Amino acid sequence: MPGFDLIIVGAGIVGCACALEAARAGLRVVIVERGVVGGGTTAAGMGHVVVMDDSPAQLALTAYSRSLWLTMAPELPAGVEYESRGTLWIAADDEEMAEVFSKQTTYAQAGIASQVLDPRELAEAEPYLRSGLAGALLVPDDGVLYPPVAAEYFLSEARRLGVVFLSDHEVVRCGKGRVQFANGTSIEAERILLASGASIDLLPSLPIQKRKGHLLITDRYPGVVSHQLVELGYLKSAHKLTADSVAFNIQPRLTGQLLIGSSRQYGDESREINHAILRSMLERAIEYMPCLKGLSGIRVWTGHRAATADKLPLIGPTADPTLFLAMGFEGLGITNAPGAAVLAIDALLGRASVIDATPYLPSRIRQEAVHA
Amino acid sequence: MKPADVLVIGAGPAGLAAATAASRNGCRVAVLDDNPAAGGQIWRADITRPHQEDAARAAAIAAFHTSGAALLPGRRIVDVPSPSTLLAEAGGHFETYRWDRLILTTGARERFLPFPGWTLPGVFGAGGLQALVKGGYPVAGKRIVVAGTGPLLLAVAAHLREYGASIVTVAEQASTLQMLPFAASLLRSPGKLLQGAGYRRTLGATPYQTGCWPISGQGDEKLRSVTLTNGRRTWTVECDLLACGFHLVPNTELAQLLGCTLQGSFVQVDSQQQTPVAGIYCAGEPTGIAGVDAAQVEGEIAGLAAADCDPLPTRLLARRAKEAAFSRRLTHAFRLRPEVLKLASQETIVCRCEDVTFGQLQTRSNWTDAKLHTRCGMGPCQGRICGAATEALFGWQPTSVRAPLFPIPVAAFCDESSSLNAPSAR
Amino acid sequence: MPDQQIVIHVNGSPISVPAGCTLSAALLMASAPCRISTTGQPRTALCGMGICLECRAIVNGVPHTRTCQTVCQEGMRVETQS
Repeated sequence: MPGFDLIIVGAGIVGCACALEAARAGLRVVIVERGVVGGGTTAAGMGHVVVMDDSPAQLALTAYSRSLWLTMAPELPAGVEYESRGTLWIAADDEEMAEVFSKQTTYAQAGIASQVLDPRELAEAEPYLRSGLAGALLVPDDGVLYPPVAAEYFLSEARRLGVVFLSDHEVVRCGKGRVQFANGTSIEAERILLASGASIDLLPSLPIQKRKGHLLITDRYPGVVSHQLVELGYLKSAHKLTADSVAFNIQPRLTGQLLIGSSRQYGDESREINHAILRSMLERAIEYMPCLKGLSGIRVWTGHRAATADKLPLIGPTADPTLFLAMGFEGLGITNAPGAAVLAIDALLGRASVIDATPYLPSRIRQEAVHA
Repeated sequence: MKPADVLVIGAGPAGLAAATAASRNGCRVAVLDDNPAAGGQIWRADITRPHQEDAARAAAIAAFHTSGAALLPGRRIVDVPSPSTLLAEAGGHFETYRWDRLILTTGARERFLPFPGWTLPGVFGAGGLQALVKGGYPVAGKRIVVAGTGPLLLAVAAHLREYGASIVTVAEQASTLQMLPFAASLLRSPGKLLQGAGYRRTLGATPYQTGCWPISGQGDEKLRSVTLTNGRRTWTVECDLLACGFHLVPNTELAQLLGCTLQGSFVQVDSQQQTPVAGIYCAGEPTGIAGVDAAQVEGEIAGLAAADCDPLPTRLLARRAKEAAFSRRLTHAFRLRPEVLKLASQETIVCRCEDVTFGQLQTRSNWTDAKLHTRCGMGPCQGRICGAATEALFGWQPTSVRAPLFPIPVAAFCDESSSLNAPSAR
Repeated sequence: MPDQQIVIHVNGSPISVPAGCTLSAALLMASAPCRISTTGQPRTALCGMGICLECRAIVNGVPHTRTCQTVCQEGMRVETQS
């Protein structure tokens, strides 16, 4: 093995984006993966590139990272299936409509374009939604993409710049400048960047909780849905940190297939489908879009999001001076991958960042929790 | 003691035997099958000849009905909402079934190997064309090439000929030498020999070429000709249809979804035909491709075991051992020659649902990698066709099975009954 | 009964088929593909037993219907699915 400046653990979309950013900064990088590229948390999610405003720091990172996606979009290979679909935040009642207006104000202040749709305009934009909805906020520059191929694109660009990729390498220990594999071998480098998604076995003390989700994909029905549709009630349900919840969230794929979500559960680390949750999730979806009832569902799967208490990721150094993190993205790993990669490599190299990186520093959470 | 409720999935030879045995021994038995009538694939009913009855099928069905077991046809198992319930689709609506003992007799499907032209209209599975003909597709006067491997080829050719088709040739990839032990085993099993002789008689002068396989099919919108080879010489024959299948692969998806483990490609069972999951039994092709006789004896053993009959009759166990030996000879005789695994060109489609080519798959490292990065196996057949092909071509092991087992309307998951026994949402 | 004929419509054209006939068989008689694949190729039934899903077509307006497991009914409308 040649000498490396940086070992990245995890070739999901975040790890691959970090590898590309590090390579561009001239680092000698090796990226290690226990399975296949983008086969973990990356493969389980929807692939929604979305600006979110739960907190100013979340807005700052998602807006920054989305701007990087928009810059890249024209060069992405066709397989990434990037489409600027736009998000429709759907208001069911007047209370949620008030949310639409306040969301628009927040977005405007951050320079994010959005447009309020009245019930008629919403029905024109998405004719299969049920009638009687109060309206929606359209965020036109949000996008959708196919995450595993996006991860592989970042990796292939990184490899063109000399990054070494080790697949089927399961890491059993990492820290103190050393990464040890299940096969007994190990590699060393000055820096290690942990980007292992919802797999936190390597640092069980990380302040990350797994939040399980279910998704269903349908056969091809082109034209039924045009935008990523999310109910604003989602904000009420997704905010709850403890209770299980479901929300109407549907994504049109380039293939014409529809991805139907979403569910959130804590304390269930199994991959099994929970039929009660699945049922509530789909009933919620059908409530918003009755025609979904008769569409052919091909496959259901589950995945785990890596959630932190303040819903912000962990990006930057730890108490172990060799160990850095790019973890805890919850449902925003795809959106935040390019932005987080820049922040992570900035932190590694001591560079200044375009946005304030302090809200994402692992040290904001009780220090002892992030000891290696 | 309350009689056990035995649920049997599949009304082919194994399922009928299992249900009959369990019912005769005091169990309440129901058999679910996705076809409109009992018989499975091998005894599939023929709409054009409703009165022409296969003797073995008639006997099995008569015994089944006499036993008092219930047949619930037209029901396809699509999900396992909780460990002891199954969700079935029945003509657009959904039903939930509970069981105390479950016997899986889900049969087998054909293995398809990709070659240039195999996606053209006019190319069918061998058993596939037979099923379509039984479903009313007329083949009288059509020139048909039957190709691939396995004992099914001769049966299909004989059947097509009965319907007035002109069999251009039967191309069996296995060499005569390779098939010798199989022929010898036919001599040891007169029943099977008789069947074989029957085929031969029906086929008459039809050329049966061993050590011969298709390398491509030609045509624009539909098949016009097939190119065959014997490894030394290559020739093209004009034809209307190609019926091509490379022996069988087991249907193990339901067993896997229920948590039964596989041994190689087959469902693992003990001497009672019980899987490692308590109360779940499996018989017939899912436990090893062995044909109708093995399916019937295994089914009977599974039915008796599910009815708590102990000890099992030694004559049955002896017959099962004999059939297992036949199965090994069968597998050996019709094993694939390496050449048939190299027929696809870069542009040949391997995954027909998503039109993924051999060239795209060549760069991938395993089944998961292929699925995620090429969409291979992500279509509505859930990899049942391309998964068996890529297993043969690349040695990839398909990964876990996901619900639903077959595409179903989204509303089916919301069916009131489908969440029976499911842990409640907090 | 095998002798009885019924009429169905394949891509708008009437065709007479034996009662009990599967839709896949009827589509073959009409020389109509069941579906057009994602890259534009015509496809017909392959496995004949409901496994391969190559025989999906639009039946009475419902897309993705498995025609090899659907029996023709008088007046049924079936269209090639693209």
